[in-house]
Amino acid sequence: MLIRQKPAIRPSEITPESQYLDRRRFIRSASLAGSGLLFAAGCSGAGDEPPAPAPAPAAPNEAADLTPNSFADITSYNNFYEFGLDKGDPARYAGQFKSQPWTVTVDGEAENTGTFDFAAIVGPHTIEERIYRLRCVEAWSMVVPWNGIPLGDVLRRFKPTSRAKFVAFETVVRPAEMPGQRAGVLDFPYREGLTIAEAMHPLTLLATGLYGVDLPNQNGAPLRLIIPWKYGFKSIKSIVRISFTETRPRTTWSDAAPNEYGFYANVNPDVDHPRWSQARERRIGSGLFAAKQPTLPFNGYGDDVAGLYSGLNLVRNF
Amino acid sequence: MISLRTTERYIKPAIFVACCVPLLWLALRIFEVGSLRLGPNPVEDIQDALGIWGLRALCATLAMTPLSWAIGPLPIRFRRMFGLFAFTYASLHVMNYLLLDQTLAIDAIVEDIVERPFITIGALGFVAMIPLAVTSTNGWRRQLGRNWNRLHRLAYLAAIAGCWHFYWQVKKDLTEPLIYCTILAALLGARIVQNRRRAAPVPPTGQPRSPKRGHSAP
Ligand code: HEM
Repeated sequence: MLIRQKPAIRPSEITPESQYLDRRRFIRSASLAGSGLLFAAGCSGAGDEPPAPAPAPAAPNEAADLTPNSFADITSYNNFYEFGLDKGDPARYAGQFKSQPWTVTVDGEAENTGTFDFAAIVGPHTIEERIYRLRCVEAWSMVVPWNGIPLGDVLRRFKPTSRAKFVAFETVVRPAEMPGQRAGVLDFPYREGLTIAEAMHPLTLLATGLYGVDLPNQNGAPLRLIIPWKYGFKSIKSIVRISFTETRPRTTWSDAAPNEYGFYANVNPDVDHPRWSQARERRIGSGLFAAKQPTLPFNGYGDDVAGLYSGLNLVRNF
Repeated sequence: MISLRTTERYIKPAIFVACCVPLLWLALRIFEVGSLRLGPNPVEDIQDALGIWGLRALCATLAMTPLSWAIGPLPIRFRRMFGLFAFTYASLHVMNYLLLDQTLAIDAIVEDIVERPFITIGALGFVAMIPLAVTSTNGWRRQLGRNWNRLHRLAYLAAIAGCWHFYWQVKKDLTEPLIYCTILAALLGARIVQNRRRAAPVPPTGQPRSPKRGHSAP
């Protein structure tokens, strides 16, 4: 993973993919190779120091592992049932969706509750760029360069009380703009939740963009979560409500099929889905002849997050 | 009434070509002819396309007999071809699974077949189709006589397994597999009704049923 400070991105500021990947290559080689978590100092935009001569490139599999998928792949292969069930449906049908103006209602166990405009949520923060692996519960994966804010930084501004043990999230309901909601396959609104410790973890991102552009509608515009060590369905899209709660909130997929999708949903190669293996994953973009790759515990972020679950039986609490 | 000559010279080749179209279409997408492409997960695209066309061809095979009750024996002439296409698509589906999806990782394949019910049932369906393809020739048919009809009832098993396999892998929306289950139920139901109808006039003396049933098997 790569974390890089970056000034807030104006919607008009679009980084071409090729140029983006060039910058990436430099950053990757300049960064410290570590345990799946790589930090790199900020180094973008006019006026920056010229890049220092790049040291030896990172280990090849590390490098291969974090090469972002193409913008086309990331924006055309999506599970976003609000727009339909096929992976191509979100790209096909999300054009009608209006992600601005946008408000988020914050309620529950916090001092500073209310309904906030998108700008009020995002404005005070610096947008960072983070390259994360994304592992879907369906045993495929991608690497996505997100832009966003650590969720904890945003949540702290609402001053959660000591009774706030969980944070619950809801996706917008707009059947007129979201054809999948008219079909009613899931019990909408889509709901997700995290423990307060998970929500405050520095890896948990409130994403506002990818590849340096605003989130496309099919990727969960204008605000979505990214919890890189959990299966993708935890990373709720198009968020309109954040609630601090004392008890564990209901979540859509574990309501729909409790024996298949748990509340935690941490990526775990040792706990198979009842109907398929989670031991390996197909990396999207690897072509026709690539073998599946092994899935890593906590999707490779174990050094950073395993401590959140000490003492918890991860087989039972899947 | 359509003549045998028309059937053999025009209709059969037309159906043959029609049955090849999904395969050609898939090939064009694999080889990226023109602007045709597979999606971001090409292995899955191939798997799904071959699976669904295998099941469709299997349903078409099983539809020929009930159709012949309605419009006369003509459709029986296409039954074997549909069956062999079903086997072809299913074989390629299995090949894609073994070669491109699993890249011949034997451990993972065995684990899948043993532990994933949807794969187990798919494999059962595929295995059931093998003797049907092998004995589809006129020679085998003559040699097996009445047993040929008995053996070819395995087509029901293959179709049920195919539907079940489809049903079991879906994450949430069961609409599509249920459509195929309904089609299959209708095709099997039609046979039960027909058999009852035929059985009815038979006096209860235990005499063998009419040998004319011959061509009404799968
Ligand atoms: C050894 C035998 C078989 C194996 C290992 C196998 C494996 C698979 C796999 C891995 C998938 C993809 C699941 C996904 O997309 O997540 C699939 C889908 C499918 N298979 Fe099979 N299969 C087998 C036999 C069959 C047979 C005999 C049929 C029927 C003729 C069949 C029909 C289908 C259908 C209809 C689909 C769903 C396609 C879709 O999602 O649109 N399969 N199979």
